[in-house]
Amino acid sequence: MKFLDEYRDPVAAQKLVRAIESMVTRPWTIMEVCGGQTHTIVKYGIDEMLPAAIELVHGPGCPVCVTSLEMIDRAHAIAAHPGVIFCSFGDMLRVPGSRGDLLQLKSQGSDVRVVYSPLDAVTIAAANPDKEVVFFAIGFETTAPPNAMAISMAKRRGLTNFSALVSHVLVPPAMRAILDAPDNRVQAFLGPGHVCTVVGYAEYGPIVEQYGVPIVITGFEPVDMLEGLLMAITQLEEGRADVENAYGRAVRPEGNLASRALIDEIFEVCERKWRGVGMIPGSGLRLRAAYRGFDAEGRFEVEAIQTLESDVCISGDILRGVRKPQDCPAFGTACTPQMPLGATMVSGEGACAAYYAYGRHFEAAPLKVHHAV
Amino acid sequence: MPSEKAAITVADLLGSCPAPFTQYDRVLLGHGSGGRLSADLVHRLFLPAFRNEMLERLDDQAVCTLAPHADARIAFSTDSYVVQPLFFPGGDIGRLAVHGTVNDLAMGGATPLYLSAAFILEEGLPLADLARIVDSMRDACVEAGVALVTGDTKVVDRGKGDGVFITTSGVGVVPAGRTLSASACRPGDKIILSGTLGDHGIAIMSVREGLEFETTLESDTAPLADLTKVMLEACPAIRCMRDPTRGGLSSALHEIAAASSVGMSLAESAIPVRPQVRGACEILGLDPLYVANEGKLIAVVPPGDADRLVNVMRADARGVDAAIIGAVTSDHPGMIVMRSLVGGTRVVTMLAGEQLPRIC
Repeated sequence: MKFLDEYRDPVAAQKLVRAIESMVTRPWTIMEVCGGQTHTIVKYGIDEMLPAAIELVHGPGCPVCVTSLEMIDRAHAIAAHPGVIFCSFGDMLRVPGSRGDLLQLKSQGSDVRVVYSPLDAVTIAAANPDKEVVFFAIGFETTAPPNAMAISMAKRRGLTNFSALVSHVLVPPAMRAILDAPDNRVQAFLGPGHVCTVVGYAEYGPIVEQYGVPIVITGFEPVDMLEGLLMAITQLEEGRADVENAYGRAVRPEGNLASRALIDEIFEVCERKWRGVGMIPGSGLRLRAAYRGFDAEGRFEVEAIQTLESDVCISGDILRGVRKPQDCPAFGTACTPQMPLGATMVSGEGACAAYYAYGRHFEAAPLKVHHAV
Repeated sequence: MPSEKAAITVADLLGSCPAPFTQYDRVLLGHGSGGRLSADLVHRLFLPAFRNEMLERLDDQAVCTLAPHADARIAFSTDSYVVQPLFFPGGDIGRLAVHGTVNDLAMGGATPLYLSAAFILEEGLPLADLARIVDSMRDACVEAGVALVTGDTKVVDRGKGDGVFITTSGVGVVPAGRTLSASACRPGDKIILSGTLGDHGIAIMSVREGLEFETTLESDTAPLADLTKVMLEACPAIRCMRDPTRGGLSSALHEIAAASSVGMSLAESAIPVRPQVRGACEILGLDPLYVANEGKLIAVVPPGDADRLVNVMRADARGVDAAIIGAVTSDHPGMIVMRSLVGGTRVVTMLAGEQLPRIC
């Protein structure tokens, strides 16, 4: 398939691996920011192709994972309201709150629907004027434009029965929080390619300057990631720290100006609590005052939420790259995608769930693999 | 369906029926009452479609001969079909209900002979839809060489069903001396897949979720008994066969690996997937290894037979894309390990729940 096969090409991948091998002279710890990148690493076994000196640690870039338990409980309380059609992206449905998940609510009679585009939720609102339609607007900068578009569209169409439960998060403040921590191990970042497609990468310059860590904006296919790694390792070995773009086919320095204008029209920056990490200043987006009428939090009374997180779970450390899934005693035993204890297991793009999906919980007994084909 | 043959319509089937039957164009609760309307449904719709001497007797059971398979054993299987929508690109619930059970029999090395069909109809279902489904089932039975010999119909209140649910059971015969078993696989055996993965699941999803793809993708629903017949003639030593339906290739391989206490190693580059299916899976965040198929099979065979068997399969219309996708190994029993396209390895795990589309 065009634009895909060339980025999964084994010859190109091996060439990059050899270039990395010849470049590395000492150990480096590199964090890929996005859950999608973590997924690619374990799906294609990229970490196992790299020299042992290169350690990949997995970043906080899974928006489903980092959505706070309070927000999930609030979503469930709203979805349980009679007369509400609750619309969500599919992977939010299985995320457990303090009392079950959205799929369980659906089985109990709540009207919970999966949408592929936020605009579908607007269409549902227009078609069901006697119902309150609530869209769970989560995600990083990547999903902010379509979510903003849904709000804008609802306003233009004069819909009074549409609202959004907004739990948007932003990448750069989370990267700063990781670097500020005294136990930080991250020496370079593979930057979030799709986030930068939307907002560009100007924001990363000050981070590089302040902390002296290379940031290479990187795509999501195996060859993309190996190229990003080679560029990051080259910077580390040469003692440089710059913002570089390894995802030029999708990312322009300024991003997508129309999308940025739309985000800015609808949303403003706020502080946000991240599951597993805690409150990070300036790390979220909320509706601007002019659009507050579309805020589901203002529209539905939700009683005080008491949440309880597992005391075994180390997802906070995993999200910051301090520890890895296998370091957790519960990984693959008490904590699985069916019964997740914390943030990094709840969505397929969380580091623990990705490790589990690709069988890394079997690795106590090292794999002996004979390929017969 | 061949274009020269007109489809059965309600008018064809029911047009000659005296009042009061023709005044209804929808399923009524009375069609499940066991009374006159039920009998009309049987005589005017089901019997003409599936006519054979065993069904015609309309007894509470069909008594069937197994000759000329006097020394054969019986294979017996059942499955229920609840697919939505009832009609989808490449098939419908009726075709699926015939193929699914026929294929389950064929995977055991059986020659499928007889089917039963139980219909649960929702009050209000257009009779034209039912006629279309029955018509399609008849064609599927003819194609698969099976006779539908007994059946049942119930009608549930409007809102208590989803149009039509169909349960089919099937009987086939397994020739003496033929034993296929998921527990028979040995290290060194090769794993063969008969064609592309994921066509059915993605075709259903493309219509169910209102996704508008630029190309139409058709379900692969098809009877596989002809293919298994030529396969077993060419290679009687086939260890086992499975059709990777719900849960996809991954679940089918896991079942075999567990039953035989062996591991399996796959090569991602050898697994055929249509570009449209790959594209849809990329967009939706799905993995073709877990998507349902309704016209494909996997076979585990002794290593010396594999290449010859693939050539035999490729000569059959249902196996043109057949390929060796991996091998059985004594390493990592119960585990499926795959070499990725770029040369790394991953473990292919069992699917936890339904695959949910991801957001980015």
